[in-house]
Amino acid sequence: MPQIKAKIILNKKIIPEHYKICLDAPKIAGEAKPGQFVHIRVREGYDPLLRRPFSIHKSQGEKIEILYKVVGKGTQLLSRKKIGKKIDILGPLGQGFKVNPGLEKVILVAGGIGVAPLYFLAERLAGYTHWKVEKGSKRQSIINDSSINKNQLDILVLLGAETKKKILCLEDFKNLNVKIEIATEDGSEGFKGLVSDLFFQLLSKESQVNLVCACGPALMLERIAELSFRYKIPCQVSLEQRMGCGIGACLGCTIKGQTGYLRVCRDGPVFEADEIQWNEI
Amino acid sequence: MSSESKKNIDLSVRLGRITLKNPVLVASGTFGYGEEYAELINLNELGGIMVKAVTLEPREGNPPPRLAETPAGLLNAIGLENPGVEVFLKEKLPFLRGFQTAIIVNIAGEKEEEYLRLAERLNQAKGISALEVNISCPNIKEKGLIFGTDPEQTFSLVKKLGEITDIPLIVKLTPNVTDITKIAQASQEAGAEALSLINTVLGMSIDVETRKPKLWNITGGLSGPAIRPIAVRMMWQTSQKVNLPLIGMGGITDAEDALEFILAGASAVAIGTANFIDPKTALEVIEGIKQYMQVKGIKNFKDLIGWLK
Repeated sequence: MPQIKAKIILNKKIIPEHYKICLDAPKIAGEAKPGQFVHIRVREGYDPLLRRPFSIHKSQGEKIEILYKVVGKGTQLLSRKKIGKKIDILGPLGQGFKVNPGLEKVILVAGGIGVAPLYFLAERLAGYTHWKVEKGSKRQSIINDSSINKNQLDILVLLGAETKKKILCLEDFKNLNVKIEIATEDGSEGFKGLVSDLFFQLLSKESQVNLVCACGPALMLERIAELSFRYKIPCQVSLEQRMGCGIGACLGCTIKGQTGYLRVCRDGPVFEADEIQWNEI
Repeated sequence: MSSESKKNIDLSVRLGRITLKNPVLVASGTFGYGEEYAELINLNELGGIMVKAVTLEPREGNPPPRLAETPAGLLNAIGLENPGVEVFLKEKLPFLRGFQTAIIVNIAGEKEEEYLRLAERLNQAKGISALEVNISCPNIKEKGLIFGTDPEQTFSLVKKLGEITDIPLIVKLTPNVTDITKIAQASQEAGAEALSLINTVLGMSIDVETRKPKLWNITGGLSGPAIRPIAVRMMWQTSQKVNLPLIGMGGITDAEDALEFILAGASAVAIGTANFIDPKTALEVIEGIKQYMQVKGIKNFKDLIGWLK
């Protein structure tokens, strides 16, 4: 996990309140796996005091991209950063999505800005990947490799947004040739309602789903976890929590797991849904 | 500056029976048991590591939220989450022993008996430079804080600990008292080797949208640059009243901050919250102190300690 000063190549608003920042970060881009995050110092000085964690949205060549929503002082400062300036980043951090070889059908469920890590996952799953067996682990990490048959995996992406104008990354997903279903709360595009309700509707039709990966608001994730459990489909969720150190030392970002507290920054941010005690989230 | 002249600068310092190769430590609770930071910096360069508090039995810690950010500050209520002394000895200490730096083990408890049994157990272990007696954690519901706010209880605990263990004792003082020098004096009389100050300042923050406290524990310990002037003042007051070596901490982010404590009477300093912001802080503070001494023509670090007197 290198700590580097990364040059800002791009930082622009894509829809109201939502930005993309692209950073020149060769060491981090090389190591990054879908679901991992970077810890960014948004300004010199001490207000805000702490770094801010962001999921890696894309990792291509020597660059990483972050998709973020302005929600407070930290993200506001980040949105004002100029191209050409450098920012201090730490990463890639945490555990990403882990998948077994031989998958046939995967559903990715994104709620709002939760789409950020799922695009990275979809991209790696969609054809630029194969499965690498890590020693001592029953699960496998996804690594970059083009030696795979692109058509062996069926990927369905569910994108949830408040309204049509707030749907994120639609074009990017279209370019991956994955199946896409949209849910908007106001019904301005696709299914009218919550993405978790769309997920429920599709589960009764889809068969042979091997894995569900989800990221979004906590309530949505709880619902996705519960439905996946009911249909006996393994489910992984990417969680969010206020962080201190970001590397597992301060124990500030814990959430309740089945066997005690889990560190979102180090044991996660991606967890098996059944590791989490959802009634305490 | 030539590296030759930097080499002549002696940064080593003694705190009673404890010898540090340089006066910059990392503070308990901000550095885990060293494992995570070992991936980012060379731990051998540190003056010492004050490891996260260890208790006799494992402690689960408080429910979230455990952190809340405030202007230039951080409120925490972790609740002393730790795996307990047996796991510490088996899984954490062997790793720490592999580094050439002082290992200072922070010990905490709810009752006097717990501290004593803990010290007894650690006394059998090798590779511990000192015990930092945490009588000042604000985040446990029980009696942890009471020892640290009462001179008689402090005296009694430190005295009994000294009878049980040969390991040097550093008493960590809380700022949440009317007169910190009273607790400092009680610790000195009871035989403490050194004192560290300050622990976090009791604080609170409320989310006005949800109208709830930002921490599950309601109150928490404030750390970071926001508390530094309080800590420097207490260092100054304490150094006037006791003859023990003092370790200064509270919002140090760079060498200048560290030097404030040293000039006020600290023989060593510890970096806490700043580790979260920049893991290289402690190493930069060491370099910065060297540079300062070089520029000011000071060869021996000891000459700087308590300059203000």
